[in-house]
Amino acid sequence: MTMIGDRQQLAYIAAQAADARVNVELETEGMTLNIGPQHPATHGTLRIIARLDGEQVIWAEPSAGYMHRGYEKLTEVRTYPQVTALINRIDWLGSFANEVPFILAAEKLMGVEAPPRAQHIRTILFELSRIANVSLFLGDLGVQMGAVTPVFFAFRDREYVLNLIEAATGGRFHPNFDRIGGLKDDLPAGFIDETRTVMKKLRNFCDEIEGLLFGNEIFQSRTRGIGVIPKDVALQYGLSGANLRASGVDWDLRRDQTIPMAWDKVDWKVWTHPDGDSFARCWVRLQEVRESTKIVDQLLDTIPSGPVMAKVPKIIKVPEGEAWVSTENPLGEMGYYVVSQGDQGPFRVKIRSASFNNISIVPWALKGVYVPDIITILASLYFILGDIDR
Amino acid sequence: MNTVIISTELAYWAQSLLRVLGGLVAVLLPAGTIVYIFLFKMMSFMQSRLGPMEAGPYGSMQLFAEVGKWLQKEDIVPAAAQAEARIFKMAPLIVLASTFLLVVVVPFGPDAWFTDFETGIFYALAVGSVSVLGILIAGWSSANKYSLLGGLRAAGQLIAYELPMVLAVVGVVIQAGTMNLQQIVVAQNAGSIFGWDGVGNPYILTQFVAFLIFMIAVQAELTQTPFDMPIAESELVSGYMTEYSGFRFLIFFIGEFATAGVFAMIASILFLGGWGVPFAWFGWTDINSVDNWMNVAGPLILFTKMLVLVFFIMWIRFSSPRFREDQLQRFAWKILIPISLINIMVTAVFKVAF
Repeated sequence: MTMIGDRQQLAYIAAQAADARVNVELETEGMTLNIGPQHPATHGTLRIIARLDGEQVIWAEPSAGYMHRGYEKLTEVRTYPQVTALINRIDWLGSFANEVPFILAAEKLMGVEAPPRAQHIRTILFELSRIANVSLFLGDLGVQMGAVTPVFFAFRDREYVLNLIEAATGGRFHPNFDRIGGLKDDLPAGFIDETRTVMKKLRNFCDEIEGLLFGNEIFQSRTRGIGVIPKDVALQYGLSGANLRASGVDWDLRRDQTIPMAWDKVDWKVWTHPDGDSFARCWVRLQEVRESTKIVDQLLDTIPSGPVMAKVPKIIKVPEGEAWVSTENPLGEMGYYVVSQGDQGPFRVKIRSASFNNISIVPWALKGVYVPDIITILASLYFILGDIDR
Repeated sequence: MNTVIISTELAYWAQSLLRVLGGLVAVLLPAGTIVYIFLFKMMSFMQSRLGPMEAGPYGSMQLFAEVGKWLQKEDIVPAAAQAEARIFKMAPLIVLASTFLLVVVVPFGPDAWFTDFETGIFYALAVGSVSVLGILIAGWSSANKYSLLGGLRAAGQLIAYELPMVLAVVGVVIQAGTMNLQQIVVAQNAGSIFGWDGVGNPYILTQFVAFLIFMIAVQAELTQTPFDMPIAESELVSGYMTEYSGFRFLIFFIGEFATAGVFAMIASILFLGGWGVPFAWFGWTDINSVDNWMNVAGPLILFTKMLVLVFFIMWIRFSSPRFREDQLQRFAWKILIPISLINIMVTAVFKVAF
C-alpha cells in the first residue's frame, strides 16, 4: 500500500472513531428494525433488515428465501406439460405470463411453432394477465401511502379481467392453459365482445387512479425525487421492466426481440420516464396498463382463423439441447434456460424472474432514506414474493 | 341536566350519577354513530362496496357484534412489556380519559351542560393534549420498535398541531370576547353581520381561515389520514397500538372516534353556532330568553352539525394518502402557524376598528 493509501486509511479510521465517540456521548447507537418477514407492507414474506438512526436508514438489506418452494428443482421431476402447473405460481398475479416463456423455450427446442391464431390468443391472455397484475399494483400503491380507497377500485376492475381469463382458461389465478404447440382450447363464445367492454372499463380505471392518486399533491410529494435510480445504476443492478424504463432506458423485450408472439403485428408505444424516481416507476406502469388495453383491442380486431394447436406427438419428448427464452412479463424480464437431454421432462431449468433482480437494488436505494420512504420505494419497485423466492 | 333541578332538588349522588350517565352518552353515542355511518357505511360506498350487511337490518347491529368480538379476546401483555405491565394497561384509559375530560365543557343547550367554565375553550385545548401522554406511554411501554416509532411520531405531531389549533381559536375568542363556550354560542346566534341578523353571526363566515386551520389541526390531532403517520399501518403495522389486543384496543378505537366527535362538537360550537339555531328566528335575544325546549332540540342540532363536520374529516381520511413525518411538521410550522398568526392580527385590527 502506498503512502497516500495509508493516509486515507488512517483518516477513515479516525473518522469512524470520531463518529463512534459522538454516538457514545449522545447514546445514538441506532436501532435495527426488522421489516418483515411478517409485515403489512411486504405482501408476502420478504424481510428487510434496516439499521436506523432515528428515522433514517443507514444500512438496509433484503433477506429473501422465506417462501422458497424450489421450483427449479421440482421441474426436473416433472414432464414438460406438467411444468406449467408449477411455474404458474411464480408471479401469482400475472400467472399466464409465466407459462409463455417456458413453453416458447420448449417449442424452440422441438422446432415447432404455434399456429397464428394460438399466437394471437397467447398474446391477448399475456396482456390480460399484465393488466390484472399491474392494475392491482396501482391500487396497492395507494394503500402503501395510506390511501385506502384506490385498492378497492383496483380489486373491482381486476375482477372483470380475471373473469375474462377464467372464461378463456378455466382458472382465475392459475390458468395452466399454455401447451407446447399451441393452446388447450379456443376462445369461448362472446369473449371478444366482452373483452372490448372490459378494456373500456380498465381505461376508465386508469383515469380514475390518475385523478385519485397521481394528481394528488401529497402523493406527488411522497414519490417525486424519492428513491431516484439513475440510468447506469439501474443497468448495473440488472433491473428490468418498468423499473428500468422509468430510469430512462428504452428497453422492452416485447418490441426488441422476435419471438413467435403477436406484439409486432399491432401498433403500441413503449413509455419511458427520464426521472427514475418512485413517481416515474408508478407512472410508467400506469401508461403500460393503458398500452396493454390498446394492444388487446387491436389484437381482437385482427385475430386470424385456424387451429389453435400445431401437430405435436401425444407424448412429448424434447430433443437434446439448450434454449433460453425470455419475455417482458408484468414485473420485468422473465426467462427460462431449459436444458434437455431428450427425456419427457427437462434435465435442468434455470428461472430468471424479474423481482429477484429488481429487489437486489434495495440496499443501494434505501441508503439514507426515511422509514416512510422505505415503503414508497419498495412499493414502487413492485415485487411479488413468489417471483423473488420461486 | 337543568342546573336548577340539579342544584336544588336532587341529592349529590343523583346529580353525580346523572352527570356520569350523561357523559357516557355524550361520548359513546357520537362514537358509535360515527363508526357505523362513516367508517362502516360511507367508507364502503366510497369504495364501491356494501359494507356490513348481515348483522341486523342493513348491518346496523354490526357495531355491537364488533364490540362483543373485542370483549371476548384475550387481554395480552407482551412478555417484553411485563416490566411495565401496569403502565402498559393504563395507557388506553388515559387516552379515553382525555375524551371524557373534553366533553365536560361542551354545552348542549341553554341549561344542558356538565360544567360551565368561564375559560371553557382554554380548558378544552389543555385537556385535549392529555391523550399525547397516553400515546407516548403506549408507545414506550409496548417494548416494540414499531410502537416506539409510532409513539414518538405521535408526540411530535400532536404537539406540532396543538399550536395552530390554539392560534385558530384565538381569533374566535377575540371576536366573541369570551372563552366561555356557552357565551360563544350566544354571541354567534344573537350576533349580526353588519346589522343583518338573519343567520346570526356564525364565525365560520368571519373566521373562515381559522375554521380551516382548526379542522386541519383536528384532523392531525385525531391522527386521521393524511396525518396518520403515527399509525401508518403500511409501515408501522399499527404504530403505538400494535401490541394492544381485546378491549384495550377497543378503548383506543373508541377514544379515536369519540374524540373525533367531541372535537367536531367543539368546532361546531366555535364556528357553526353550536346548539343554537339563530336566535333571531325565535325572537330570542340572550341566553335567558331561550325557551326550555331547546334543552332537547339543542343536543340534536349540535349532533347534526357534528355529523356534518365529521363527514368532512372522514371524507378526507378515506381519499388522501398520508404525509411523511417531516412534511407534516413543515406544514404545521411553516404554513399553518404563520397563517393563523396573521389571522389573529387581522381579527384584532377589525375588532378594534369596528
